[in-house]
Amino acid sequence: MTVVTFVQHDGSERMVDGDVGLSLMETALKHDVPGIDADCGGGAICGTCHCFVEVSGDLPAPDSQETAMLGLRPDRAENSRLACQIVLAEGMADIKVRLPEFQM
Amino acid sequence: MDAPAVKAAPDYSALPLSELDISDPRMFQFDYWHGLFARLREESPVHFQSDSPAGPFWSVSRYEDIVAIECDTETFSSEPAISIIDPEPDMILKMFIAMDPPQHDDQRRAVHHVVAPRNLKEFEALIRRRTVEVLDALPENEPFDWVTLVSRDLTTKMLATLFDYPWDERNNLTEWSDMFTNDERITAGEGLKREVIIEHITACLQRFTELWHERKGDGREAFDLIRMLQADPNTANMVDDPLTYMGNIMLLIVGGNDTTRNSMSGGVVFLNQFPQEMEKVRANPDLIPSMVSEIIRYQTPLPHMRRTATRDTEFRGQRIRQNDKVLLWYVSGNYDAAAIERPNDFWIDRPNVRGHLSFGAGIHRCMGNRLAEMQLRILWEEALRRFKTIELAGEPERTCNLFIRGFTRLPVSVTRF
Repeated sequence: MTVVTFVQHDGSERMVDGDVGLSLMETALKHDVPGIDADCGGGAICGTCHCFVEVSGDLPAPDSQETAMLGLRPDRAENSRLACQIVLAEGMADIKVRLPEFQM
Repeated sequence: MDAPAVKAAPDYSALPLSELDISDPRMFQFDYWHGLFARLREESPVHFQSDSPAGPFWSVSRYEDIVAIECDTETFSSEPAISIIDPEPDMILKMFIAMDPPQHDDQRRAVHHVVAPRNLKEFEALIRRRTVEVLDALPENEPFDWVTLVSRDLTTKMLATLFDYPWDERNNLTEWSDMFTNDERITAGEGLKREVIIEHITACLQRFTELWHERKGDGREAFDLIRMLQADPNTANMVDDPLTYMGNIMLLIVGGNDTTRNSMSGGVVFLNQFPQEMEKVRANPDLIPSMVSEIIRYQTPLPHMRRTATRDTEFRGQRIRQNDKVLLWYVSGNYDAAAIERPNDFWIDRPNVRGHLSFGAGIHRCMGNRLAEMQLRILWEEALRRFKTIELAGEPERTCNLFIRGFTRLPVSVTRF
């Protein structure tokens, strides 16, 4: 079981149990964690599930579409990812992500 | 060109595909586009039309294909233009909507903050006050034109507020915006010649250049778009590059005008066509944000954007040649049953309500989307609070423009609580 921790912009934290096969975006929505809009529903075409990965095991690198969308964010950082593109897999290490001040 | 004669929907089921005219803006003016795009999605989802007032072009009509092309910016470029009309060589405004990465990304990031949610919070109270003033001034029990008194007035005031534009001159903003998109080649000959449009662009640039210099270094806090550009090191000298300054100003004016205005009108029409949805939102005003997204889908105020092929390519079995124009029909994708459940229903709490194409998809997705949603949300919060009924009082008149789906007149009557 992978434990996912979402850290809001104000610093408050929420830990939830992740389900294998769900993305971080879907995990947040399933548990009503605010701060992720996910307009497009998971296609990496809207950029409104931006997050910063603080702690994780090895993750597959972002593909070109995710990279293109992240390129639009004025607040992009080294650890920026789209939460819809990180899918929880069997045996995955616990993961902690920080959410930006706002999605756009 | 002749005055419009086509008012009723042509019988698309009987026409050969080669005779379909997807360049005729009267399909929006007289609202007969549904059948046309339904046929394209079914029989010719990547469709070539060999002749039109703006030359030959492809039409992409399925949701999934539109997204695929939006994401392949190397093959399908946003340069040199995002409308079917090519720019004039003597006046190529630099706007990031018509640029590819990496230049696009740098320019967009530089101005993105002006419509970022953090700044929107600063504007929200002001926008609400203006909205309340407009709604409180409406006549009761007496038909009026919603386009003039609400949609147009409100978007003009909001634009003037965002730019801190001289209040007495604010109608300039809307008039310029209308003229920029009113080219005769996309309005069945009813619009303006390019020379006239260029005159207006020049006048607009002059005024905004004056405003820039008046404000530069005046030490006032930067809540308006011009001072925000001045305050950011990346854009602090934008005025020195007139084509870039004008490109960005125009993009902000046009992007924040027809789109929001026509969604403000569309909402009234849809809530009248689907009274059960009006009951739903009256019973539960928490549905307003979701309803706003559904209004934006159902209206699709910008029916398409154009891309241009950078090389010969094959897409869904069609040979697209280098430099071919490719129109991505958001208005069709938004009604594609393969992607949108029961697309013809105006359904304010539909699942994945934000998953429409009205804002585009990928790197060019509308930068002002959160601002637009906020304006519409405030309008409906305040309208539903004070009006017991908001009813159509006559037939809507629709815009004759291939690039704009909207209303020129909307007779409405309201009663207050």
